[in-house]
Amino acid sequence: MFDGLLTAIVFLPALAAVAIALVLRGDRTVRLVAAGAMAVDFLLTVLAWLRFDPSVSAPQLVDKLGQYDTAPWVPGLNATYYLGVDGLSLPLLVLTALLGMCAVLASWHVTLRVREYHVLLLVLTAGVQGVFVSLDLFLFFLFWEVELVPMYFLISIWGSGRKEYSAMKFLIYTVFGSALMLVGILLLRLSAGTFDMPALIEQGQAGLIEPAFLSLQAIFFLLFFAFAVKLPVWPLHTWLPDAHTDAPTAVSIMLAGILLKMGGYGMLRLNVGIFPDVAQDVAPLLAAFAVINVIYGALIVFRQTDLKRLVAYSSVSHMGLVLLGVASMQSLGLSGAALQMFSHGIITGLLFLLVGLLYDNAHTRHIPDLGGLASKMPVVAVVFLLAGLASLGLPLLSGFVAELIVFLGSYSAQPLATVLVAFGIVLTAGYILWTLERTLFGPELPRFAEVRDAKPVDVLAMLPLVAAIVLVGVYPALLADIFKLGIAGILPG
Amino acid sequence: MVSMIDLDLINPNLLHLAPELSLFIAAFAVIVLDLVARDKRLLAWVSGAGLAIAATLALGLWGERATSFADALIVDELSVFFKLLFLGITFLVVLASQDYVRKFERFQGEYYGLILFACVGMMLVASVGELVSLYIALELQAFSLIALAGFLKDARSAESSVKFLLLSAISTAVMLYGMALLLGATGSTYLTDIAGRTREAFAAGRLADNAPLLLALVFLLVGFGFKIATIPFQMWVPDVYEGAPTPITAYLSVASKAAGFAVLLRVFYAVFGEDTVATDWRMLVAVLAIVSMTVGNVAAIAQQNIKRMLAYSTIAHAGYIMVGLATLTQLGQGSVLFYLVAYSFTNLGAFFAIIAIANRTGSDEIDDFAGMGRQAPFLAFVLGVSLVSLIGLPPTAGFMGKLYVFNAAVQDGLWWLVLAGVLNSVLSAYYYLRPIRVMYLGEPKAATSSLPSLPMRAALAISLGGVILLGILPGGLIDLAASAVRILTA
Repeated sequence: MFDGLLTAIVFLPALAAVAIALVLRGDRTVRLVAAGAMAVDFLLTVLAWLRFDPSVSAPQLVDKLGQYDTAPWVPGLNATYYLGVDGLSLPLLVLTALLGMCAVLASWHVTLRVREYHVLLLVLTAGVQGVFVSLDLFLFFLFWEVELVPMYFLISIWGSGRKEYSAMKFLIYTVFGSALMLVGILLLRLSAGTFDMPALIEQGQAGLIEPAFLSLQAIFFLLFFAFAVKLPVWPLHTWLPDAHTDAPTAVSIMLAGILLKMGGYGMLRLNVGIFPDVAQDVAPLLAAFAVINVIYGALIVFRQTDLKRLVAYSSVSHMGLVLLGVASMQSLGLSGAALQMFSHGIITGLLFLLVGLLYDNAHTRHIPDLGGLASKMPVVAVVFLLAGLASLGLPLLSGFVAELIVFLGSYSAQPLATVLVAFGIVLTAGYILWTLERTLFGPELPRFAEVRDAKPVDVLAMLPLVAAIVLVGVYPALLADIFKLGIAGILPG
Repeated sequence: MVSMIDLDLINPNLLHLAPELSLFIAAFAVIVLDLVARDKRLLAWVSGAGLAIAATLALGLWGERATSFADALIVDELSVFFKLLFLGITFLVVLASQDYVRKFERFQGEYYGLILFACVGMMLVASVGELVSLYIALELQAFSLIALAGFLKDARSAESSVKFLLLSAISTAVMLYGMALLLGATGSTYLTDIAGRTREAFAAGRLADNAPLLLALVFLLVGFGFKIATIPFQMWVPDVYEGAPTPITAYLSVASKAAGFAVLLRVFYAVFGEDTVATDWRMLVAVLAIVSMTVGNVAAIAQQNIKRMLAYSTIAHAGYIMVGLATLTQLGQGSVLFYLVAYSFTNLGAFFAIIAIANRTGSDEIDDFAGMGRQAPFLAFVLGVSLVSLIGLPPTAGFMGKLYVFNAAVQDGLWWLVLAGVLNSVLSAYYYLRPIRVMYLGEPKAATSSLPSLPMRAALAISLGGVILLGILPGGLIDLAASAVRILTA
């Protein structure tokens, strides 16, 4: 079986990166090629969506090279090259390509070492796409690691503030998580005898032979730990504010928009999919952490004076909702978690884009120094308002739908946690409105007389995200149905 | 009473010794040529040709299983695998030495000659089945390397050589004592005889009850531990590595270590392979592995000199490989061979890049590598990829190597050992990234330019290619490694 479309989607950015690294010269050419490659990549993901059959929950558009047992790609480990999408991974794949495209556009103003920058950004995108479409556990881990080194360099070279510290912190946290995940994956392979993810999920926990020396819970948590670092779950979140704040705009978009979703995706696919019983057992624990994430994250936001740090902490809070959805352990809550991941990806991607624009023009992110920018930057202000309202969960925008489905799903399973988290949503509304008011409104300040509005290329970067937020908000079935299909494949019944 | 030597009994099949013999001849040819040749580059070419011929002859032995020279020489897949590995490493070192040897106009013949002698020694180490021959083979490679370590003739290099000589002598003496005990306890110096006797002895009781054999095992472990540079026999490593000529450091760090593991595999699994005994010494190996990884990685963090940093890193890597050794399965033994090849490409790539970069900057200090990402993109890339491979991130050989070793250990129930291994990888990321950060983030100190020679660039390209190829398509090598270790339990 080799369809080829997914392979093309994953490797197109990587090929563009190679071309930029070896052949192309001139900043303008590099930018155009990178943007072109990502645009084509995005269209290919749309094509994948169109070709996707929404009545089948099994993986589709499968690319498989080699066979398990007879001719694996990595003998001895019996791993093979196996890609495919289902209802869970398809939207995330589209999201990655979409945000990757926006990130390239948002990088138009980068002037430092343009060639290297785009090479790294494209490799990063390819790696994350690979994570979402891998159906072989080994391949999944391999792609999981690809993103690390590019991200490290993107933050430490093109970042600001304590960039080298933040980059190293990000790297050490992530490597720590993936080190434990590697042990978990090897143990999982020992007890299940295969790296074939669809087979693993289909046989579920019944197919696992508990190793003589370690319980299944231990394997569950070894995997969970890596995803908890990525999502992030309190108290493993401390890398996030530093990395997001010091990263360049486009990289913050990728970090918040997609990289965090790798964590949620891993939880859904592996923890819930392969260990449904263990997940059910530990669900109250996860719900407790979800509450802490939401409330703690939201409270911390109030103390932030750096606009970018503020958005970063709001991500911690919002990712708590994903965890709550996972803790519900039933299909509605799980699809809510998936939807929240998608929705947060586009909203926070947009927010970071706007913060970047604001900073580029006003030259400060210090909230007390800002104010009255609405009249100087009308386009930015309007979109900022929209993104903010989507983030606090205004109906008809994507955030509302996601939160609602999570709550509907989790209330029956984790009522107390759901009520507490719902309180956190009130806090969110508070800090978002307060922030919007302090930054955009109020008297016009003379020091911002020279401030300019977004350039056409910036508008081009914003448009698809705005469109997606509204589209998902108005017509949520578009995504909800497909996620439901994906969840049905993971947690039948 | 010494009687007539019975040739039939000795059975000197020269074909079985052909790789070593041809290389021996090449080594002498190089030394003699040095007296007459004007263009010293000829020496390198002759060495390379000798290595190529030896490799061809060794390849011809693949698949054959025989013993000759009174059963002292073993021909099997395991020995041929290691022979090819040593020949390949030596070939790359010879390629990469060509820029470096300009530092010493004289004695180039001896330099190449000694490298080849060391290679002969290591090839024999991997192929002998008799303790006295083993001892001689080990000494042949050790003395060649000791002489090479002092080749720069400055204070550091001399210190390096003397330190190497003294500590090597002590460890060899202890090892020899172990061999004597083994001979005393079993009445033979042949591994196959010894294995038979120990099997009888162990049938009676555990290892701890048999003092001579227990002591023999520990003493042998000391000797071999010195070769593979594991804790607590690692004290020589940093100083020797720092002072020796860099190509020799590269050579030491991979070939000498691989030779140590070759003999460990052969002797330990053969002589102490009995299950009841093996479960005892594997715990010893596992504990040494953990200590080696941790101490090596922690000590490496503080280093300013990149050669010293990599010296500590090789100690850590000895630990990773011992994780595979602690398993008693063929999967684990195969993973050790795979790791050794992956590690050889990686470490050689790193050291070769360091030679070329130090040639430009005149320094081995990490801080002086600043700005190389822009000034020497290819060199910086090779060093960067090699370091990433040493961390063990995909898509590199180091990743696959660690994966195979750790997988074998998990399959064998040693999950705690693997946990220690992966946490050590996290630790190591911190210091391996530092040179990368300096090269790509730092500002260049002064404009330098010195293009590496064509052979050097070839050596760099081959190492880089090996690192990436094994990281993407490990299948061929893992199959070879699997068939090479089949002899150990058959």
